[in-house]
Amino acid sequence: MGKLNRRAFLASGAVLGGGLLLAYFAIPKRLSLHADAGDDRLFLATWLRIAPDGAVTVLVPHAEMGQGVHTALPMMLAEELDADWPQVRVEQAPAEGVYAVGDLVRGFGIGDWRIPSALLRQVDYAAYRIADLIHMQTTGGSSSVRFTGHLGMRRAGAAARNLLLQAAARRWQVGISECQTDSGHVLHPPSGRSAGYGDLAEAAARERLDPDPPLKARARYRICGRPLARVDLPALVTGSARFGIDIRLPGMKFAAIRHAPVFDGVAVSCDAAAVRGLPGVQRVVKLPSAVVVVADGFWQATNALRGLPVEFDEGAHGRFNSEELTKEFDHMLSGADPTVDARIGQPEAVLAAAEDPIEAVYEIPFLAHATMEPVNCTAWFRDGKLDIWTGTQDPLATRARGAQIADLDTDAVTVHPVPLGGGFGRRLPSHLNYVEDAVRVAMEVPFPIQMIWSREEDIQHDYYRPAGKSRFRARIGSDLRPLIWDNVYTDIGLNEDRDAALIPYDIPNQRIGRVRHKTPVPLGYWRSVEHSMHGFFTESFVDELAHRAGADPLSYRLGLLKNRPRHRAVLSRAADLLGWGTAPEVGRGCGLALCECFGSIVAEAVQIRVSGDGELRVERVTAAVDPGEVINPDIAAAQIEGGIVFGLGAALWGRISIEQGRVVQGNFSDYELMRLADCPEITVEFIESGAAIGGLGEVGVPPVAAALANAIFAASGRRIRRLPMLGPERRLMG
Amino acid sequence: MKFKLMVNEQVRPIDADEATPLLWVIRETLGLTGTKFGCGIGACGACTVHVNGRPMRSCVVPVRAVASAAVTTIEGLGASSMHPVQQAWIDAQVPQCGYCQTGVIMTVAALLEENPEPSEDDLARQLSNLCRCGTYTRMRKAIRILRRS
Ligand code: FES
Ligand code: FES
Repeated sequence: MGKLNRRAFLASGAVLGGGLLLAYFAIPKRLSLHADAGDDRLFLATWLRIAPDGAVTVLVPHAEMGQGVHTALPMMLAEELDADWPQVRVEQAPAEGVYAVGDLVRGFGIGDWRIPSALLRQVDYAAYRIADLIHMQTTGGSSSVRFTGHLGMRRAGAAARNLLLQAAARRWQVGISECQTDSGHVLHPPSGRSAGYGDLAEAAARERLDPDPPLKARARYRICGRPLARVDLPALVTGSARFGIDIRLPGMKFAAIRHAPVFDGVAVSCDAAAVRGLPGVQRVVKLPSAVVVVADGFWQATNALRGLPVEFDEGAHGRFNSEELTKEFDHMLSGADPTVDARIGQPEAVLAAAEDPIEAVYEIPFLAHATMEPVNCTAWFRDGKLDIWTGTQDPLATRARGAQIADLDTDAVTVHPVPLGGGFGRRLPSHLNYVEDAVRVAMEVPFPIQMIWSREEDIQHDYYRPAGKSRFRARIGSDLRPLIWDNVYTDIGLNEDRDAALIPYDIPNQRIGRVRHKTPVPLGYWRSVEHSMHGFFTESFVDELAHRAGADPLSYRLGLLKNRPRHRAVLSRAADLLGWGTAPEVGRGCGLALCECFGSIVAEAVQIRVSGDGELRVERVTAAVDPGEVINPDIAAAQIEGGIVFGLGAALWGRISIEQGRVVQGNFSDYELMRLADCPEITVEFIESGAAIGGLGEVGVPPVAAALANAIFAASGRRIRRLPMLGPERRLMG
Repeated sequence: MKFKLMVNEQVRPIDADEATPLLWVIRETLGLTGTKFGCGIGACGACTVHVNGRPMRSCVVPVRAVASAAVTTIEGLGASSMHPVQQAWIDAQVPQCGYCQTGVIMTVAALLEENPEPSEDDLARQLSNLCRCGTYTRMRKAIRILRRS
């Protein structure tokens, strides 16, 4: 096998499996396209290159959106490589098939199944193929470190280290077992010889690759587990970082857009002549469901758009109303038989025997993402080729979508990944309306355009976290433990992880099911997805049961978690950090909640103060998280802190309501987010149980709304079953 | 309308409608993209610059209003070396996505210029910028570092 193919293999080596039938495919020639002939750097692996001067460059196939992945992933690779961290450079991998995130497919597809080493190569290639075919280069699901990092980066680093060791041993004519590595060097202690990685890199590429190299014992880590500074912060504090909205191209014009106000509405016509003569205006473009003005500047485009007479057709949903949907939810919950996803024991019988079951219904609204950088996309069509610059959680899918809209071959489309001014799910492949709009306009004009959505468009034409209700019924036995847990929730779509409604508690009879309903509202993945709902539902209700049983909510939960040591550990720790059990002053209260999601287990505790007239102050939040292993504790803590703020803001104020088919809220004046003044003191601790590595980007979100509601109950006896909690004057509602 | 604007200690000739918000003149005419667009209604602070040393949300300031003023953007704040606020922001590892942070840094820099020892309450009142990533804990930490030095 030639050198190029070996490189190709490393690239695929980081990828996924399942399709063992592909086992006999040769390692594809086309992967070796990326061998970069004429480049003085030498590729040891797709995700790693070592230059003759010893600089190690790691190509990260995931988007940086603030989660620190451009630091954490290279740390994992550098650790196994035994690299010298200051010599490590990080680059965003381009949006090309060879960087398809096969590890994600493997991670989600076959879990932690240990692949026999003889099959590894084939499995990897199969995984790569699948990822490539579905254009998958996704950053989401708290998956980067779990899959690309653990399955890909680590192995690439370890495999490369082996090659360097082999090359050194051959050069010195010594046994490989006599050699060792340290900070970017191979050493041969018996003779005192040493050689830098850069010096060995070329020879190493001719060595034979071990596709399943052993990984380091954690006790020997020098890079992972340390709070190393993020590599990309200097550019962020000086303003030199270029987000999608900062792209500037020669001759570029700016585009402002107004969508049909009602979901699925149509732009029938517009009177372009009315604005054509206005300063700077270049074009008026009517899209199927929107109108666009292209002008020299964004302000000019916005002004002209405001004055542009447009006729929209409302389509079928001009009467849709989220208030009525709520009533429909009640109807659903009391009517149709649910689809049952989990059943333990004899739930129906036990429930039927319950005289007077404890019952509660919880409710949550639609939510928008509101990334700080409004969605935008820059596109340029020239000479039959389309270039796209945009913040996306999946550059490959963006390329495929762009090609589809422009009716071009994928090869004719290039996506230039840029850092994202926030993601939270908004820029995932199923939510690319902002790319589609920009591409359509770019195909009609001879210059590059940058389309920026106003904040109003961004909030009113998002893909929303589903609204829903969840009904619980339970009965407590004579030992005060729950005998039955019956939960039925509304499912209006985007409810793929049915496990999110499961509970870790030992309750002998359980039934968990859902009733389905369709709405015209575009739905989207929103940081922590289903867990953002069920975390509030289930952890509120378990708290209600504890109070019914007259028990302390902490010890009640612990009593139901006998066989769950990891859950018990995080719960106890979060409670300790808050000082659980100290007698509360009047008006103060503490609440707890626990969730298992994205492979991690997280408990949060909240302390609040509430006045008699409902004025609420969230004072402190503590979190204890067991993600198995922590790569960079400082980045990890930042993710949890951010998740807590995200979840708290939503619990307090977040609501998208729809009237006459139109989103009511439009900007931060009516879609409020948390600000510094409202932000509690937050303490985060990690428990590294050594279990399989879990995600962190989303796990801070799910428990916090319930912990807050539980704290309010403890302080005031008011049970909040409906989000958001605050109404006018920022006082607690009902 | 043609006029001159003093930005980051340089006089720049501008040709723009006088009602254009300063934000777009900075980002598009002058190509200084460190100042960000977040809401366009003065509600988020991403577009904060200094006008005669005072923090202003440039998305709601018509450019005519600053024609004879000195404007500083993030590019001018730490032009020669990092401003102490920028350094503290790195020391406390504040930014996540970073999109809001140039506006936050400009706000804090102006605030500390005026009052080097702000109380928590002063801060809460005056630092009302939005950060969707939720970096407020780190902002507080960075400001504590600044207070100490
Ligand atoms: S963009 Fe100016 S305050 Fe938000
Ligand atoms: S760091 Fe992302 S919005 Fe503040």
